[in-house]
Amino acid sequence: MQPNDDILMQVTGMIKSLAPEHPEITGETDLVADLDFDSLKVMKLLEQLEDRFDISVPLNLLPRIRTVEDLTLQLQRIIGEG
Amino acid sequence: MAIFDKFQQLLVTRQNLAAHGLATVNVVMEKLLSPTEAIVNGRRTILAGTNNYLGLTFDPECIDAACRALHESGTGTTGSRAANGTYSGHVALEQELADFFDCRHAIVFSTGYVANLGMIATLVGPGDAVVIDADCHASIYDGCTLSRADIIRFRHNDPDDLDKRLRRLGDRAANALVIVEGLYSMLGDRAPLAAITAVKARYGAYLLVDEAHSLGVLGDHGRGLAEETGVADQVDFIVGTFSKSLGAIGGYCVSNHPELDLIRFANRPYVFTASPSPSVIASTRQALAALRARPELRERLWENARRLYQRLQDLGLRLGPEVSPIVAIRMDSPEAVVRWWNALLARGVYVNLVLPPATPDGGALLRCSMSAGHTLAQVDQIAESFAALPAAGDSPGPAA
Repeated sequence: MQPNDDILMQVTGMIKSLAPEHPEITGETDLVADLDFDSLKVMKLLEQLEDRFDISVPLNLLPRIRTVEDLTLQLQRIIGEG
Repeated sequence: MAIFDKFQQLLVTRQNLAAHGLATVNVVMEKLLSPTEAIVNGRRTILAGTNNYLGLTFDPECIDAACRALHESGTGTTGSRAANGTYSGHVALEQELADFFDCRHAIVFSTGYVANLGMIATLVGPGDAVVIDADCHASIYDGCTLSRADIIRFRHNDPDDLDKRLRRLGDRAANALVIVEGLYSMLGDRAPLAAITAVKARYGAYLLVDEAHSLGVLGDHGRGLAEETGVADQVDFIVGTFSKSLGAIGGYCVSNHPELDLIRFANRPYVFTASPSPSVIASTRQALAALRARPELRERLWENARRLYQRLQDLGLRLGPEVSPIVAIRMDSPEAVVRWWNALLARGVYVNLVLPPATPDGGALLRCSMSAGHTLAQVDQIAESFAALPAAGDSPGPAA
């Protein structure tokens, strides 16, 4: 599955608002290694994305999410199921 | 990567905290003097972080009951009830719990952690959804993980967010298990249970309430938040522990669902854990009887809680959102919290130190838990020890 450009743009926009010190966000950006996101920040990001797309992201999926693209693809899958 | 490499960050964190004088994990209660006092570092210390809400750990009748059981039935059961059989005390305690909660069925577990682990992992499974308050205890998260159900968090104490989460589940909501706590262990705030039961009823979902910190604390009979809120008949499962108000160790689940007795046999953490020892069962039964017969314990607990909360509020400290036997002092800086924790211990007051990520909002906490066993003089001494602390940078410290 390829990341949907519109969803990827919304995800990167939201990450930028939470990490303004990192203006260069790409699909390969690693949330923890590159952005220093701790678990609280990851949960805050997820809550905002869940509200934006009116979905719930099960916590079980978190181990599969490392990069911005991973996150985008998981959101796409859930939105597609909805 | 070697299997131990992942612990290096813990080592760094521990070394950083040690540089601030932290010794919390090394605190040894050299001698217990009472439910509220111990010798620590050779010094008489008030215990203000024990969850010993009713102060029953040294109750003479509980101790006598435990001693009798030791002599009559031995030190341990040496195995699970599924393998080694049930002792009469296990059955008696289950009947007494069912009677106390006015429920038809009860299961006793060996710890509160196992109670949550076993109940959640057995009630839901792959393909199901479990919808939990974000601030739920680790045992609830671990039970959810073991279940392999989809784990969905809703914002802490936010019934509207719960509603959204259930709506998004569509048809699956009718089989979803919602989990909240009566009193949240870190900040001592209650769940908005009337609103939560209304939401879960709208979707036909099931509700499990963990009353670990509210048993013996809330409700006219001390049954917990479900009783206090008047919604006990709308709660499917109540889980709790014997290790707080009942002064022992163990856990329970009570329910009106007849399937609870079947769940017992499918419940791997229950089936494969050694059952509670006879002395633990005996002291727990006696403590439950004391909880029922002595409502003045609850009144004294709340008197102490109100007094400490007021005194600390008057000092300008940032506290949890409501008066409760859990009095949490919220701070931003872990280093400042560590300094205060050490200063309190040096003054002979032991409280709990809570650092991120165990805190709800990423801050740091000093957490006091009040007991019916505290005297008013002890409560005042705890408050005066806080008043004597130096200002702590990020916090409106007492001496600021």
